[in-house]
Amino acid sequence: MAVDGEIEGGGINIHPMDQFMLEPLFGEGPVHWYTLTNATLWMALTVIAASLLMVVGARGRALIPSRAQSAAEMTYGFTRKMVADVAGREGLKYFPYILTLFLFILFANLLALIPASFAPTSHIAVTGILALAVFVSVTAIGFAKHGLGFLKLFWVSSAPTVALRIVLAVIELISYFVRPLSHSVRLAGNMMAGHAVFKVFAGFAGALGVGAILPILGIVAIYGLEVMVAVIQAYVFAILTCVYLNDALHPGH
Amino acid sequence: MEGNLAEMGAFIGAGLACIGMGGAGIGVGHVAGNFLSGALRNPAAAGEQTATLFIGIAFAEALGIFSFLVALLLMFAV
Repeated sequence: MAVDGEIEGGGINIHPMDQFMLEPLFGEGPVHWYTLTNATLWMALTVIAASLLMVVGARGRALIPSRAQSAAEMTYGFTRKMVADVAGREGLKYFPYILTLFLFILFANLLALIPASFAPTSHIAVTGILALAVFVSVTAIGFAKHGLGFLKLFWVSSAPTVALRIVLAVIELISYFVRPLSHSVRLAGNMMAGHAVFKVFAGFAGALGVGAILPILGIVAIYGLEVMVAVIQAYVFAILTCVYLNDALHPGH
Repeated sequence: MEGNLAEMGAFIGAGLACIGMGGAGIGVGHVAGNFLSGALRNPAAAGEQTATLFIGIAFAEALGIFSFLVALLLMFAV
C-alpha cells in the first residue's frame, strides 16, 4: 500500500527503505532462494573479514603481540570471559558457537557502515534464522541435560501459593516463546532504523543546497553513534545467547 | 478529499505506535541512571555489573522495538 516514506514536492524526495532492497548480483530478474544477491556478497565478505581477523591474528603467536594479534586475543578473551561469567563454567563448552555469532554480527554491522554497502543484519530473515538457531539449540540442550526437569524453568518454586505459581508459569511460558522474536527484531530493528536515519538526513542534504552543511554534520554525529550501536548490538545478541544458555544449563529458580 | 480511509488509519496507527518507543526510552534511561547512581556509590563493584546493565537495557529496549515493528508493519505490510 504505502510504499516509501516518500515526500513529494518541495524538491525533497526521500526513499529511506530502498537501500534494503535485495538485488541480484549478476543481471536482472526475480530473486530465487539460490540467486546470488547483494546480501550474499556482504555476508560472504563478513565471513572473510571475521576469518581474516582470527587467522592472521593467531598465526604469529608472538610473545609481544602485533596489532592484529592483540585485536584477535582481546576479542577472544572478552567473549570467553563473558560466557564464563554469564553462563558459568559449563557454558564454556558452547563458547565457539557464541564467539562465531558475536564475530559474524559484529563484522556484518561494521561492514554495513561502509557507504554504499548493504546491511545483512537489517533483514529479519537473517537475524531471525540466527535467533531461531539459538532458540532451538538452547531448548535442545536444556532437554538433553535435564530431561523433563528442564520444565522447572517455568515453575517458580519460590512463589508462595500454587495458584500464583500457575499464573507465573503461563507468563514464563509466553516470555520463553517470545524470546526468538525479540532477540531477532532487536538487532534488525536497530540496524534498519540507524541506516534509514542516514538516508533521511542525506535526503535533507540533497534538498537544501548551501545549507546542506547542517544535515551533513548531523550525519557525521549519527555515524559515530551507529558505530557504537553496531558493537553494542553484537554484544547484546551474544550476551543474551549466554543468558538463555544459562537458563538451559541451570533451570529452576 | 482523496485517498482512502484505511490508509489514513494505518498512518495514524503507525504514529501512535511510536509512543511506545518513548516508553522504552524512559525505561532505558531509568536502567542506565540507576546503574550510574549505584556505581558512583560503590565504584569498586561497578565493573563486574556492566553485563547486567546491558542485559537490563536489552530487555527494556525490546518492548520499544516491538512498537517500532508494529509501526513498520502498519506502514509497509498492512
